[in-house]
Amino acid sequence: MSGVFLGMPAFPENAAAAVQDSQLRFNLRRATRTIRGKRAAVAGELPDWAALRDAGKQIKDHTLRNLDRYLLQLEEAVTRAGGRVHWAADAAEANRIVAGLVEATGETSVVKVKSMATQEIGLNEALAERGITAYETDLAELIVQLGDDWPSHILVPAIHRNRSEIREIFRERMGEWGRPAPEGLTDDPRALAEAARLHLRERFLASEVAISGANFMIAETGTLVVLESEGNGRMCLTLPRTLISVVGIEKLLPTWRDLEVFLQLLPRSSTGERMNPYTSTWTGAAEGQEFHLVLLDNGRTAVLADEVGRQALRCIRCSACLNVCPVYERAGGHAYGSVYPGPIGAILTPQLRRSGTVASRDRLPPSATRDLDASLPYASSLCGACFEVCPVAIDIPEVLVHLRAQAPHPRAERLGMRAAGWVFDRPVRLARAQRLGGRLRRFLPRRLPGPLSAWTDTRDIPDIPAESFRDWWGRTGGGTR
Amino acid sequence: MTRSQGSRVPQGSQTSQSSQEVQDSQNSQDSQNSQGSRDRILARIRAAVAGAPEVPVTRSYRHRVPPPAGGTPGEAVELFAERVADYRAVVHVVESARAAEVISGALARRGARRVVVPGGLPEEWARAVGAHPGGEAVPDDPPLSAAELDALDGVVTGCAAGIAETGTIVLDAGPGQGRRALTLVPDYHLCLVRAGQIVPGVPEAIAALDPLRPLTWISGPSATSDIELDRVEGVHGPRTLEVVILR
Repeated sequence: MSGVFLGMPAFPENAAAAVQDSQLRFNLRRATRTIRGKRAAVAGELPDWAALRDAGKQIKDHTLRNLDRYLLQLEEAVTRAGGRVHWAADAAEANRIVAGLVEATGETSVVKVKSMATQEIGLNEALAERGITAYETDLAELIVQLGDDWPSHILVPAIHRNRSEIREIFRERMGEWGRPAPEGLTDDPRALAEAARLHLRERFLASEVAISGANFMIAETGTLVVLESEGNGRMCLTLPRTLISVVGIEKLLPTWRDLEVFLQLLPRSSTGERMNPYTSTWTGAAEGQEFHLVLLDNGRTAVLADEVGRQALRCIRCSACLNVCPVYERAGGHAYGSVYPGPIGAILTPQLRRSGTVASRDRLPPSATRDLDASLPYASSLCGACFEVCPVAIDIPEVLVHLRAQAPHPRAERLGMRAAGWVFDRPVRLARAQRLGGRLRRFLPRRLPGPLSAWTDTRDIPDIPAESFRDWWGRTGGGTR
Repeated sequence: MTRSQGSRVPQGSQTSQSSQEVQDSQNSQDSQNSQGSRDRILARIRAAVAGAPEVPVTRSYRHRVPPPAGGTPGEAVELFAERVADYRAVVHVVESARAAEVISGALARRGARRVVVPGGLPEEWARAVGAHPGGEAVPDDPPLSAAELDALDGVVTGCAAGIAETGTIVLDAGPGQGRRALTLVPDYHLCLVRAGQIVPGVPEAIAALDPLRPLTWISGPSATSDIELDRVEGVHGPRTLEVVILR
């Protein structure tokens, strides 16, 4: 998508368009149901799941409380192990640092491991502006990149595409980026995965620079941890001479031992497996590599300052909350207008954007971004399924309500709320209002007039009883008279 | 490498002398800024958490995984074999004395002729690698290039640990395992795990491993679920993983 989206593409408008797309809804329903079942089975296998979840939450909270100390410890450990640490206050600075590091190697292309942080800061676009081509190597990211598309899920970014759409993208676009798709490519997932293997093979073997994110960083040892499935991560982390990792400052864990908790929580919550196929850990410059770690703030410290909202920084990007969310299942990831979709996106994006930038599909102007962010806390029915499934117990509904309170409210709504507050403030006022309502109930329209009709378009007005409960109690003594 | 989509790259790939200088000064400026950003980020963190209460961490989860994973060695081996096979890896459980025979049989079945052997692989296993007709054990000394590795038919290694509960093998680039690329680029990985290396669960593995070594945790062959969440084994890493558990 390019160009500026005029008007106000806030969540409701995006979602209204998305739910009309029956292919999208079918793809999403199928995918989220499959993965929900797998997650529930493997999480249920561990008798101490609840205790692991508690420990995960506490370790993250403890780390965030002492983040300054642990970041300094990490910096020292990485440096001691031969790595270099860079600090980036915002997206622009992180992009500048990475581009400078790539240019210093004399290379004009890099291979990339799937990374939410680099998507958040729009790294690929920033590198392109400096003449550097970034090749995505995760299969889903490849589908998104070749299709000139936008990710719609944290774990499986091309979940909105089905197999035949993917075959078309491969047939039409692979040749522009490198080795073309094989002749007679079918839409069998095996054949599509094989096409991706062939397309990227030479690229892996020849690349000199790789860019990754990380799932965890260990302060005590300076170790970085990447979980993946395909082996593209291992290719990028292992083969190139220079490795640059861009990691949000909240990805820290204090000790090596803490991994015993998170290596149980993350794979089971994310892909619904007992363990993901590959996990790589490395400390500093491994096997003679040149290693750079770029620590990214980009709005995180502002989130940390919010007592209720800061729990969003515990997120380990497992995407379990997306897979259980009834709103996500129907609206899809694009409606959230950010690289972070779903329930976690609805609380993370608006908070990060208070003082950082988060890339959005439509490259929105600031006013439209503000409207979108104001609408995101409402992209939920507050059913709480996301909280229940979250492996680090982020109370997403609590943060949503907190953000709703902070969002700007229209004058009419504020007046209405003030009037309601006045009535509810004294029992006598409430009783009078109820009696008035009971007397006028015959005149209640089925649909409200004017702007209030938006509410009754999709809901029935509740019937007003002839008599309030308290009046009935007073009259009959609770049915005894 | 050829660039095939110049149109996506607005600026030319050649950097002129003057823009190189601009770049250099930009880079040194960045390192100063990075210092400033370091202080700024740390200050923001301190301001953000000032007065927040300390959070104690309680670890009431299982520190030692109970049976069957944490049961007798026999139970752990059985569970490990079952869980590795769940990932659609090929699994054998044999007596240690039969290691060489199983290695050469597996390579012959696979038709793997030129197979890389990491330094420090037990002599008996290494000899078995070249024992089948046409078989050749290729040492990684001097280190093979990525392209040379790509032309080989497979790799045979030991491991640092196995995890019964998750069916995971951990390599730490130690003797008999080689550097990380060895078990990545060839399309076939035959891995030998001694029963004594199998630990019950993730906590025991974390305690046994050295974080200062580069670690690779392997749970089945390379896989993806990116297309309609249909699991497909075999993308960029070895598409076939064969595991021999030695009792």
